[in-house]
Amino acid sequence: MTTTLSAALPLTGRPLLVPYVTGGITADWTELLLACQDGGADAIEVGLPFSDPMLDGPTIQEASDRALARGATVESILADLAATPLRVPVVVMTYANIVLRIGLPALAAAGVSGLIVPDLPLEESAATEAAAAAAGIDLVLLAAPSTPDDRLREICARSRGFVYAISVMGTTGERARLADSAATLAARLKAVTDLPVLIGFGVSTPAQAVEAGRAGDGAVIASVLMRRVLDGATANELAADVAAYRTALDLGVSPGTPHAEISGHRG
Amino acid sequence: MTVVMREPTTDGRFGEYGGRYVPESLIPACLALEEAFREAWADPGFRQELDGYRRTYAGRPTALTAARNLSAELGITLLLKREDLAHTGSHKINNVLGQALLARRMGKTRLIAETGAGQHGVATATAAALFGLRATVYMGERDIERQALNVFRMHLLGAEVVPVTSGSRTLKDATNEAMRNWVSAVGDTHFCLGSVAGPHPYPWMVREFQRVIGEEARGQVAGELSTGVPDVVVACVGGGSNAAGTFAGFVDTTARLVGVEAAGGAAVSGGEPGVLHGSRSLVLQDRHGQVAEAQSIAAGLDYPGVGPEHAQLGGLGRATYVTVTDDEVLVAVRRLAEREGIICALESAHAVAWVLRAAGTVELPAGSTVLLTLSGRGDKDMGQLMEGLR
Ligand SMILES: Cc1ncc(COP(=O)(O)O)c(C=O)c1O
Repeated sequence: MTTTLSAALPLTGRPLLVPYVTGGITADWTELLLACQDGGADAIEVGLPFSDPMLDGPTIQEASDRALARGATVESILADLAATPLRVPVVVMTYANIVLRIGLPALAAAGVSGLIVPDLPLEESAATEAAAAAAGIDLVLLAAPSTPDDRLREICARSRGFVYAISVMGTTGERARLADSAATLAARLKAVTDLPVLIGFGVSTPAQAVEAGRAGDGAVIASVLMRRVLDGATANELAADVAAYRTALDLGVSPGTPHAEISGHRG
Repeated sequence: MTVVMREPTTDGRFGEYGGRYVPESLIPACLALEEAFREAWADPGFRQELDGYRRTYAGRPTALTAARNLSAELGITLLLKREDLAHTGSHKINNVLGQALLARRMGKTRLIAETGAGQHGVATATAAALFGLRATVYMGERDIERQALNVFRMHLLGAEVVPVTSGSRTLKDATNEAMRNWVSAVGDTHFCLGSVAGPHPYPWMVREFQRVIGEEARGQVAGELSTGVPDVVVACVGGGSNAAGTFAGFVDTTARLVGVEAAGGAAVSGGEPGVLHGSRSLVLQDRHGQVAEAQSIAAGLDYPGVGPEHAQLGGLGRATYVTVTDDEVLVAVRRLAEREGIICALESAHAVAWVLRAAGTVELPAGSTVLLTLSGRGDKDMGQLMEGLR
């Protein structure tokens, strides 16, 4: 089945890059989306802030709090999204309470292509899977290092667009190194699915992204980027950050390593 | 009629509420816990061991006290189920003893807990000390200020208390933080959740561990009342564990079941369906789906959600949920103290406040017989009471 997401995330051997932006984090947050696109993103994950982000570490909690404190609402964020012309698809990440309240058609109307709901495991996702399919949205399911094989197979069978491999038993947040569990889980997933396997949670440097690109098919980069934005990074600076990940992924080495050649921004 | 307060469906539902809305990372832990609880609960050996600790450690059965002075003044018969007399000062110990034994049986070496008033944290720290487990308790910064005595108790018992500075800095946020820690520590850690909330099997399991309140009371009340069962059974509702445990003993009788929420934390009375902390229930939230911050003088009721089974009981009309204000609660604490010589917790005083207001009205006509669960004692609240009653 070809969907917007699967078309945008082809498995050509070139690792995929999906940066994350918390919706409404700054007044001109849609500039950040364009920055991610300019930096070479294959798709962009947009977080709809929730008051109780159970699976998020301090950075994304702070980003969500800041967006909500600014007065951003799910409605205003979706309106901003609808008004932002992007070439790359948008995958919304938010919690079940928000999804159940706004419904899938509202996401589709804003041009959203995919949806990730971390507190909607297989047991609870059937209704949302059906609603997503009806709305033409790919519901991306998550697998964790603790997921046993039979569940892993079912997750892969029911996931659309890609499979999200949670790198580590923990919350989102920057980490000094990519957990060993990331590669193990990615390999287990690759053995049972043809969907792209993207590794997320704590991928914090271009070198770690390269590792994730080798173990799986690419990486979701979130907290480290939001930390930069919280610290005042401009859209241009964010584009440069994203471009550094793009370059590293394309070269298969991080720009930090001695023989790497850093080319200019792509896209 | 729908049969209620039995086992939930296999997917953990009480009618349309409940379920297991947790990250995939936690699913194996929830499944393992459910299996362990099923096994233990069906094992007479486990029941016997738990019963032993209840009797020789927790001080069960707790007394049933006829509140004769208040009864005479109000024109009703008021019986108090004295969970304030249980070890550590509240009903929370009932649940914690069960979960700590279960954790030990599962080979876990560490307990984590969320706490509002600190009573559940103290109970968890207590059981951890007793069974040689480590304990970490997550508590909102705001609650740490207003329940300082309980923080010291937890430290004295050897537990680590982690202040939670996010959001409203109360129970809701402490629960988020405990769940975050659980994800990273599932291997050796049991999440000792303190109420009938959270993902399946917690709402069911915690109700079963608290059922002892209602079962004891049922027998005790039968000895006091010629009718055998009271007209009304009432308890305060935060997450709803003391109420659920109490109701479980009377749900198959003619007794009216009344849950009393804090006016500023009334999820059943004022919430809408939503998903919070792992289950679908009624949740105080804005129209965008952002969870509201509750506001109550009682840290243990300062919570925007409620256990899914209460949402079901309320929806079916089998239980009624009412609210009382902070001011009514302060009056109730004083009145119970002056008339009966019992200083109860601010949480428990919600149930008392409703009885004071309702007695002699259509809600609770003269001559009614009432069983009220006094969920805890007021020692922890002295600081707040000194300010509030000055
Ligand atoms: C004395 C007392 N009563 C009631 C509660 C509320 O909990 P629940 O509604 O689960 O009984 C608490 C919680 O901290 C408490 O300490």
